[in-house]
Amino acid sequence: MSKKTITFSINGAQQTLEVEPRLLLVHLIREVLNLTGTHIGCDTSNCGACTVLVDGKSVKSCTMLAVQVNNKALLTVEGLANETEYHPLQEGFKEEHGLHCGFCTPGMLMRAVELLEHNPNPTEDEIRWGISGNLCRCTGYVNIVRAIQYAAQKMSEKTLAEA
Amino acid sequence: MIPASFEYFNPQTLDEAISLLEQYGDDAKIMSGGHSLIPMMKLRLANPEYIIDINDIPGLSYIREEGGFLKIGALTREAELEHSELIKSKYHIFCDATKVIADPQVRNRGTIGGNLAHGDAANDHPAIMLAMNAQIVIQGPQGSRTVPMTDFMLGFYQTAIEHAEILTEIQIPIPPQGSGGAYLKLERKVGDYATAGVAVQVTIENNTFKKVGIGLTNVSPVPVKVTDAESHLTGKTISDQIIQEAAQMASDASSPSPDLRGSEEYKRAMVRVLTQRAIRRAIEDAQG
Amino acid sequence: MTCKTSKEIGGVGHSLKRKEDARFLKGRGNYVDDIKLPGMLYMDIVRSPYAYAKILSINAEEALKLPGVLAVITGKDLAQYNLHWMPTLMSDTQMVLPTDTVMYQAQEVAAVIATDRYIAADAIELVEVEYEVMDPVINPFKSLDPDAPVLRADKEGKTDNHIFHWEVGDRDGTDEIFKNADITVKEQIYIPRIHVASIETCGCVASYDKVKQHMTIYLTTQAPHAIRTVVALVAGHVGLSEERIRVVSPDIGGGFGGKVPVYPGYVIAVAASFLIGKPVKWIEDRSENLQADSFARDYHMTCELAATKDGKIQALRIKTLADHGYTDAAANPSKFPAGMFSICTGSYDMKTAFTELDAVYTNKPPGGVAYRCSFRVTEAAHAIERMVDRLALEMKIDPAELRFKNFIKKEDFPYQSALGWEYDSGDYEAALKLAMEKIGYDELRKEQAEKRAKGELMGIGISSFTEIVGAGPSKDFDILGIKMFDSCEIRVHPTGKAIARFGTKSQGQGHETTYAQIIAEELGIPADHIAIEEGDTDTAPYGLGTYASRSTPTAGAAATKAARKLRDKAKKIAAYLLEVSEEDLEWEPGKFFVKGAPEKAKTIQEIVFAAYTNHPQGMEAGFEATHYYDPPNLTFPFGSYICVVDIDRGTGEVKIRRFVAVDDCGTIINPMIVEGQIHGGLTQGLAPALYEELIYDEEGNILNGTFMDYLVPTAVETPHWETDKTCTPSPHHPIGAKGVGESATVGAPPAIANAVVDALSHLGVTHIDIPISAAKVWQILHEKGVAE
Repeated sequence: MSKKTITFSINGAQQTLEVEPRLLLVHLIREVLNLTGTHIGCDTSNCGACTVLVDGKSVKSCTMLAVQVNNKALLTVEGLANETEYHPLQEGFKEEHGLHCGFCTPGMLMRAVELLEHNPNPTEDEIRWGISGNLCRCTGYVNIVRAIQYAAQKMSEKTLAEA
Repeated sequence: MIPASFEYFNPQTLDEAISLLEQYGDDAKIMSGGHSLIPMMKLRLANPEYIIDINDIPGLSYIREEGGFLKIGALTREAELEHSELIKSKYHIFCDATKVIADPQVRNRGTIGGNLAHGDAANDHPAIMLAMNAQIVIQGPQGSRTVPMTDFMLGFYQTAIEHAEILTEIQIPIPPQGSGGAYLKLERKVGDYATAGVAVQVTIENNTFKKVGIGLTNVSPVPVKVTDAESHLTGKTISDQIIQEAAQMASDASSPSPDLRGSEEYKRAMVRVLTQRAIRRAIEDAQG
Repeated sequence: MTCKTSKEIGGVGHSLKRKEDARFLKGRGNYVDDIKLPGMLYMDIVRSPYAYAKILSINAEEALKLPGVLAVITGKDLAQYNLHWMPTLMSDTQMVLPTDTVMYQAQEVAAVIATDRYIAADAIELVEVEYEVMDPVINPFKSLDPDAPVLRADKEGKTDNHIFHWEVGDRDGTDEIFKNADITVKEQIYIPRIHVASIETCGCVASYDKVKQHMTIYLTTQAPHAIRTVVALVAGHVGLSEERIRVVSPDIGGGFGGKVPVYPGYVIAVAASFLIGKPVKWIEDRSENLQADSFARDYHMTCELAATKDGKIQALRIKTLADHGYTDAAANPSKFPAGMFSICTGSYDMKTAFTELDAVYTNKPPGGVAYRCSFRVTEAAHAIERMVDRLALEMKIDPAELRFKNFIKKEDFPYQSALGWEYDSGDYEAALKLAMEKIGYDELRKEQAEKRAKGELMGIGISSFTEIVGAGPSKDFDILGIKMFDSCEIRVHPTGKAIARFGTKSQGQGHETTYAQIIAEELGIPADHIAIEEGDTDTAPYGLGTYASRSTPTAGAAATKAARKLRDKAKKIAAYLLEVSEEDLEWEPGKFFVKGAPEKAKTIQEIVFAAYTNHPQGMEAGFEATHYYDPPNLTFPFGSYICVVDIDRGTGEVKIRRFVAVDDCGTIINPMIVEGQIHGGLTQGLAPALYEELIYDEEGNILNGTFMDYLVPTAVETPHWETDKTCTPSPHHPIGAKGVGESATVGAPPAIANAVVDALSHLGVTHIDIPISAAKVWQILHEKGVAE
C-alpha cells in the first residue's frame, strides 16, 4: 500500500514523515516519535488512556489514523509544560493525589486541558461528565475531580492576575 | 489491535470523493469521524481496501437556519452540536442527545452524518431525526436528492444511500413557536449504546398537542417512528391518560431483541417508561 | 493525627506528596510497552475461537510467507524443549501452547514472531487452524455430572472434573446448632466471575543474549522475584538457571492481582527470545486481557446463619462451588486453596462455624486472582455481611442493632475465631457508630419510612467487614514452597542520604513515598533524601511481591526492622563520638543526645558520615542493613460502610445517593495515600456490585470481552465517596500498620447490595446477586407489581 507524506507539529516542533495509511495516531506518537507518555488501554476507544490534543481538541489517538493529522498541531503530555515546570493540571494532580499507577494520567490530563478550556469553572458534575471518556481503575475519581478543580482555581487566579 | 492495510484517499471536494466511490465501489468505505469504522477495522470486522476520508472536504460542517429548515452539514461534529448557541437556544432535544452520545473525545470526532450513514439502529440521531421529521440530503454522480428520514433507514446497517453517494446535509423543519423536544436514553453506563432511547418533539398550543414526533433508538433492527402514537396525541389535550396510551403504543411498536442490556420484556417496558417521561419533558420544554 | 517527626523529616503520619508523581505527570513513566531494545521483535498470538476443541492441524505456510515474519511457534515446537506445559501457582498444570486440545475460548494456539507489530497482527490472520469442536462444560454445576466429559484427560487417573475439596471448622457441631436453633436463615449467593481490568494490560519484553547466556525479562508482574524462580524451575533444563535470569518489573499500570500469575504469553515470548537470540516484545490487547487472563471470584455459595431468638448469632455454615475454569491457576498461598475464605465469620463473635468448598474444572479461562482483595476475602465478607442483613430482616430488627449485638468486643482482642484465625485488634463498634453518625442513620431511617409510605424506593445498607491481610507467617504461608516473608535493604550513603530496596513492587500504591516515610520515622533522615527501588531482581532483596495488601504488613515491617538495626548501630557510633556510654543517650527523630544535656548531640547525618570516616575500631564500616521480615501473624483491618440508594421504579436504575466509609487500618503512614487507596478500593467495590461480570454463553463464548460491554465504571457512575477513620494499631506490627489497599473493595459490595435489598425488602425481597443491573432490579419490581 502506498505511503503518505504528512506534515504536522508535535508539541510545537514541525515534522514531515512518510507513514503507512493504516498507522494509528497512537503508534505514530509512541513508536515513531518515541513519546511514550501517551498510553494504550483498550481497542475500542473506551478507556481514554491515549487521549491527546489535535488542534486543541481532545481525541483518542487509538481511533485516528496518523495520516489524518496532516497539517495539524498535536499536543501530548510531554508538551504540556517544560521539564522543570508543571502545568496547573499537573500540579493539581500532584497536590490532590489524583494519580496512583499513572497509566491513565496523561490521558486524563489532556482531556482536562480541553475541559477547562471550554468551561474554566466547572462543577463537580460537569467534571465527572467531562472525563467520562477516561477510565481510571486506581483512584476512584474523587481526587481527579479535586485535581481538576485545583487547576481551575489556579488558572482563574492567573487569568485574574493578568487582567 | 491493528487494522489491515488499505489505500487511503483524502479528496478535497465532494465530486472527487464521489468519483473515487464510483471507481472503487463496494471495496471502498467513507470515513468521517471514524469512531464506528476504525474500531471495526482494528477488530478486523471490517477490512475495506480503500478508505475515502472526507474530513478534508470544506463546506460540510455548519449549523444554520435557512429557508424554513435547520440545516446541519454532514461533517458537523457532535461536539459542535453540543456547543452550538443556536442548538442550545432552540433545539433542546440535541442538548439531551449529545450529552449521552459516547464521550467527549468521541464527540470531538464523531459526526452527525456518520452517525446516520452508518445505518446502525443503536445510534442516537436516527430516532431524533424521525421525531423531528428531518430529511436527508444525499449527493451522487447525478447531483443531489432529498430523502425523508422515514425512507432513509432501510434495514440492519442499510440506508437509502446508494452506490457512489454521500450524505451531505440534514434538514429539519424549523419548529414553530410552542415547540419543545427531549431525548431520553437508558444506558448501562455513560458512553454505552442505548438499552432503549426515545426522542420526542412536540408543538403545544392551548394545552393541546398540535404536532408530535416520536422516534425510538435501539429497540428494533431499524429505528422506529411511532406514527400511531403521534397521531393519537395530535389534536388532543394533554393528560396523563393520553400520554400513557401513547407510551404504550410506542412500546407496542418496538421489537427489541434480548441481549446483555436486558430482556425483550424489559426493553419494551423501558420504551413505555421513557416515552412517557420524554413526552412530559418535551411538553415542559415547549411550555418553558 | 499527631506525628513524631517534623514535616521536614516527613515520617509516619504526614500527608507527603508522592515522590513518584513527577515522572508520571510528565509522561516519563517507564511501563513495559515503553521499552524498546535494539533489534526487538514483536509477538502476536493466534487464539482459539472455541471453548473446547481438538486441534487437527495448524498451517503456518501463508503466515511465514509474509515478509517480516520470522517464526510461527506452536505447542509442538515448544514440546521439543519440554516447554509446552507449566505449573500453576496452585501446583496444577497449564498449557503454554496446546499440542492437541484447546480448553477455553481465547486460549493461545500459536504465536507469530515478526519484525513489526503490524506485520505480526497481519500474520496471525494467516495462520490456518483446523479444529474439531467438542461440547464444552460451561456450567460448573454440570461439571460433576457422571456423563460430563473429563476435561483434564491429560492428568493420569483423572476420572472427573473435581479439583479439590476444602473444609474448615466443626461440621458436626455446626449441624447440631442448626438443628436446634431458634432462627435460621439461608441464601444462595453467587459472586460472579469478574476481571481486574487494570488500565495497562499485561505484557513483556524478553531479551536473551546468546553470548552472555543471560535472559532479561521486563514484565508486568507484581512479584518479580517469584517469577524469576518459577522461570528457573520451568526452564532450568534448557540452561536458564536462576543467576542467568534478571526479571525487571518497571512501572506497572495497575495490578489488582491480575499481574501475579505467569501467563502463557510470557513464557512463549521468553522461549522465542531464547531460541532466536533477540529481544521479543509481547503486549496483549484489551480483548485478550479480558478474554484470556485470570478472572477473579466465581463462587457459588450456599450460606446459612443460626441465631437465638434474641438475635445472638450461634453458627455459620457455607458450602461453596468454585468454578476454576480449565486449570487451578488461583493465586493463593499453597496451603490455602480457597485463600482466606475462612475469615467468613467476619466481625461477629460466634463459637461455631463450618465452611466447605469444592472446586471444579470447566471450559473457561483459568484464574482465581484477587481483584484488589486478599485471597477470597471479598467472597467471605459478602457472604457474612449479606447474611447478617438477611438475619436482621428475618428478625425484623435494625441491621445496625443486630451488628452491635454480635460484634466481637474491643476487649476480646486478640480474638480466636471459630475458623482458626487470631484477630490482632479491632473496635468494630466505634467504626460503625462513627459511620452512622456521619451519615445521619436515624434520620435516613425516618426518611425511608416516609418514602416507603409514598411508594418510593430508598434503601440503606451497612457493611461492617473484617479483612485478613499481610500474608504471611512462614509456618503456614508459602507460594510454591517459598515462604511469604518480605524484605528491605537500606544503604545510607556517607552524606546521610539513602537508598532502600524492597522485595515488593508498587503498582500505584505509592511505595516510593510511604516506605521512605517509614525509614524517615525510624532514622530521622528526611523522606525526601531516601530513594526507594523495587522490581529489579538483580538489585532488590528477595521478596514475594505486592498483592493481598501485604506490602505494609511485611515489607513495611522489614523497613522498620532494618532501620532499627541501623539506629542501634547509630547509637554505638554516637556514644563513641560523644564519648559517653550508650545508656546515656536518648533518641529524638534525627539525632542522639546526651540525657540531660541536649546540646551534646550528634545528628544522624553526622553519625552516618562517621560510619564511613571515623567509626569505632572493631566496628564494621558503612551504614547498611537488611531485614527479612517474617510476620508473627496476619493483620486484620476493618471498617464500617453505609450506603444510601434510591431506585428508579420505572427503569430499575440504582442511584447511590451517599456512601460513607469508615476504615481502620491501624497506624496510618500517609493519610493522603490511605484516603486515595480507599477511594479506589470503593470504586472497585462499586464495579462488581452494580456493573461488572464476565458473561459466557452455553458454548463457552464470552459475550462481553471488550470495554464496550465489560462495564468499568466511569466518573459519572462513581459516587462522591465520603471517608473517615478510626485507628486501632496492630499490636504485632512494628509500627502498628495493617494494610489498606483492598479493604474498600472487600467492604463496599455488601454495603451496596444490602442497600438495594433494603430498598425492596418490604416487597419480600431477601437477596439479589451482584452485579445489580437496572434490568435485574426492574424484573423484581415487575414481578412484585410495583414497576412504574
